[in-house]
Amino acid sequence: MKFSLGKWLLPVYAVLALTFLMIPIIYTFIFSFNDSLKSNITWRGFTLDKWLNVCKVQGGAVCEAFGNSLIIGAVATVAATVMGTMIAIAIVRYKFKFRSATSLLLFLPMATPEVVLGAGLAAQFLSVGVPKDMTTIILAHTMFCISFVVVTVKARVASLDPALEEAGRDLYGSPSQVFMRITFPLLLPGILAAALLSFALSFDDFIITNFNSGSVTTFPKYIYISASRGIPAEANVIASAVFLIALVVVVTTQVSAAARAKRLAKLG
Amino acid sequence: MAFAAFATTTGPGEELQRRRSPIALLLLLPGILYLALFFLTPLVSLVLTSLQVPSATGEPGVYDPAFKWENYVTVINDYLPHILRSFGYALIATVLALAFSYPLAYFIGVKARPWPLLQSLMLVLVIAPFFISFLLRTLAWKQLLSDESFVITTLKALSVMPPDAHFTGTPVAVIFGLTYNFIPFMTLPLYTTLERLDVRYLEAGSDLYASPLQVFRKVTIPLSMPGIVAGTLLTFIPAAGDYVNASRSFLGGSDTQMIGNVIEANFLVLENYPAAAALSIILMSVILVIVTIYIRRAGTEELL
Repeated sequence: MKFSLGKWLLPVYAVLALTFLMIPIIYTFIFSFNDSLKSNITWRGFTLDKWLNVCKVQGGAVCEAFGNSLIIGAVATVAATVMGTMIAIAIVRYKFKFRSATSLLLFLPMATPEVVLGAGLAAQFLSVGVPKDMTTIILAHTMFCISFVVVTVKARVASLDPALEEAGRDLYGSPSQVFMRITFPLLLPGILAAALLSFALSFDDFIITNFNSGSVTTFPKYIYISASRGIPAEANVIASAVFLIALVVVVTTQVSAAARAKRLAKLG
Repeated sequence: MAFAAFATTTGPGEELQRRRSPIALLLLLPGILYLALFFLTPLVSLVLTSLQVPSATGEPGVYDPAFKWENYVTVINDYLPHILRSFGYALIATVLALAFSYPLAYFIGVKARPWPLLQSLMLVLVIAPFFISFLLRTLAWKQLLSDESFVITTLKALSVMPPDAHFTGTPVAVIFGLTYNFIPFMTLPLYTTLERLDVRYLEAGSDLYASPLQVFRKVTIPLSMPGIVAGTLLTFIPAAGDYVNASRSFLGGSDTQMIGNVIEANFLVLENYPAAAALSIILMSVILVIVTIYIRRAGTEELL
């Protein structure tokens, strides 16, 4: 009987803690249905209007910022995923000089505060005389995503059995055939996870963007600028929609991974 | 994910299979060159910028190359409170996030093991805040805890808070925001180590007549050290450099400005690039020193 309190304490705490984490998300979601005027602070009644006419407010400023974020996220993700995957394969599979220097170069961007990364790049663009626009934002985002891609893909490459590729070579597969038919499909889940992570990091980045964006507005930058004069409910609509899409993607991958594990377990 | 960076280990025998090949260089070259160009040289630019002097022409926002080391003395004199505040806030937020996350991660990683579906559902909830804009999350708290909000008016009615007190704009609010925003960075690495914790060690401890508290202190904590180190670093580093929570339009006020706020103001508003660069170099150096000492003391060098 002594442990009965202890038995319930932890589950109850976990539920409360998770509820606490959800509070601002639920708030943002609810206020996307607020029949608000310019700023979205007090509740003025339920409406679907903001969801149906997201792009009408402020001449489409919210949607333009959102579109910029999507373009930047997509380009930076592709660039970072390609370069990061190549590095991950090299680190796990090959011997090379300056191995620890390479690891340090990959670790440091993750251990550097974003404000330093942002100010550093901005100082460099300033001294070289590069004007800040979409390109400078993409260059910055690609930089901080590479390390995260390497870390994510590296784990997948390490778990890949080299015997499978050897079998491919034994069966007279050319190096490119072995890569396209064996290596790449087996690495794909790791590469996709890395790409999703990159996109999420890029999409939500504000600090580095703020230093390197000039007059270009991304979705987080739009919120930062509008914060002092009130954010329209349309921003909540976009954030809520992105949240729901991300949730569906994550839950689907979790469920399909669990189903796959079950199938494999059955096969024995 | 980010936390995996601190928890990668080389598998046994992996070393033996590595080959030497010119392909390695081709695979490494683009990414390494990219990082050299857009991560390393910007750090050099920061150092050079931090030593510049105002242009002889007197034009605002234009600086001439120089080696004026006194710039560092000037910014430390001007901004010492901001620097100390940043590390103080980040430290408190890290401790609070650890206290909040440990029991949660322990429940998900150890107690919920018989129910994998519940485990993954709870993990999704832990990372769910990542899916909604960082800035909107923070603004949501600002509204929920504003002077007119239900929470604050109730606290005042119950005399928990003095009637003329505020929550937003205070150091408490900034630390609260930092803690909330970086909790997932703490919970995830804690979860990954606790999930692999062999519960037989805990049973062995209690078989040897250790009290539950002793088992926790002498067995659970040491075994979850890699997660604690990774989680505290992943919380402390971004928290020390953050300037969103402390910003006046978010949870902060005029006396809660952190080093990030002054770097932003000097760089983007005042165009005082040398001051912003010097502050950035100070921030980065202090963090690197803290990280190195911390990892050595915690005995987790192999995590790097």
